Amino acid sequence: MSNDQLLAFETDCHLFQECGFPAPSVWSFIFDPIFSVGPIEFNKIMLLALLGTLAILAFFWTAFAKPKIVPGKLQMVAEAGYDFVHRGIAREIIGKKGEPYVPLLVSLFFFVWVMNIWAVIPFAQFPVTSAIAFPAALAVTVWVVYMTVTFKTNGFVGGLRNLCVPSGLPKGIYVVLTPIEFISNVFLRPFTLAVRLFANMFAGHLLLLLFITAAWYMSGTVVGTVYAVPALVLALVLTVFELFIQALQAYVFTVLTATYLSQALEEAH
Amino acid sequence: MLFAESEGPQSPLLPVWPEVFIGLFCFAVIFFVFYKKLLPSINKTLEERREAIEGGMEKAEATQAEARQTLESYREQLAEARHEAARLRQEAKEQGAALIAEMRAEGQRQREEIIAAGHTQIAADRKQAAEQLRQDVGKLAVDLAGRLVGESLEDHARQSRTIDRFLDELEDRAESGVTSGSEAGR
Repeated sequence: MSNDQLLAFETDCHLFQECGFPAPSVWSFIFDPIFSVGPIEFNKIMLLALLGTLAILAFFWTAFAKPKIVPGKLQMVAEAGYDFVHRGIAREIIGKKGEPYVPLLVSLFFFVWVMNIWAVIPFAQFPVTSAIAFPAALAVTVWVVYMTVTFKTNGFVGGLRNLCVPSGLPKGIYVVLTPIEFISNVFLRPFTLAVRLFANMFAGHLLLLLFITAAWYMSGTVVGTVYAVPALVLALVLTVFELFIQALQAYVFTVLTATYLSQALEEAH
Repeated sequence: MLFAESEGPQSPLLPVWPEVFIGLFCFAVIFFVFYKKLLPSINKTLEERREAIEGGMEKAEATQAEARQTLESYREQLAEARHEAARLRQEAKEQGAALIAEMRAEGQRQREEIIAAGHTQIAADRKQAAEQLRQDVGKLAVDLAGRLVGESLEDHARQSRTIDRFLDELEDRAESGVTSGSEAGR
């Protein structure tokens, strides 16, 4: 890799130094492997994914492995998180029938959230979910569960009807609507689920990079600092905004999954 | 990354397969730990807590009901005691009044008795005095007559009762004179 493909932090390029602004690009999402096992290259993204998994497990293991009836602080926080997904998402959207899917929804929410949060953790500073592989893996998982539940609840024909024929519409509409529904439910849903999360985190990371590299690039001279300070301030503001987006996207991902499951569990009329 | 060497970076929309597997692996681990261990554990505790709270509330309710009942019974007892006291007071008052009335009646009766006895006594005394007087006057008259006649007529006079008859006449006359005189004097 040549130097201009690396991050601005790794160059000493500043404003008025006759070198162009090293704008963040797709290269910002590609890392050199830390080590390789045969053809598989282990990179920073994978490391963060494993560390995030460990963090989730450590946190919830400490909180829930030996729970107390009168909870400590840690257990109380973990319970609040669990309760948020259990009541706020599963119970709210699916209802009583959603009880078996609570573990899936809880895992999804916290996995996505923590992988998103890596974006603002110092030294990590990279959202794992901005690598499409992770949202895709989750979306495929959700798709498999969605399809399984659909056909298990309604049988083969009923499942197809559930997927293709929304009830309560005039007959003529179905000629148009049935193929649209089929494509939407079976193909577009998992795709949009993955891409929505990926694109949000990808764009968020790009924005933060842009303003931070800009602040770095423009600093060094008096005139440049005048530009650099607003860029830095905006980078901080956007970091807070990203914190919000990270939680929101985790919530959206989980809510959509719950919505799909709720539809799959609906009895045919 | 796999194709990065050839011509520029890989499209960010194409997943890197090792990452997909890492992602699936991580998610699977989290899911199974939650599913098998952590969520059953916390659900059990939440259930226990719910029961504990409900049990506590039931207990509190029971205690409250008991307290209310005790208060009610105390109030009842107090009212009863008050009623009893009022009754006793009333009874005492009545008894006192009866006693006073009885005493008053007794006094009245005793007074009347005393008065009656006095009257009787006076009448008897008067009768006795009259009797005495009659005898004395008879005796004096006989003595006088004997002295005048010069012989003792005592025995003879007693038998003939002449003196008595005479004296009765005298008395009748005197009595009518006294009553008329006393009536005139009033």
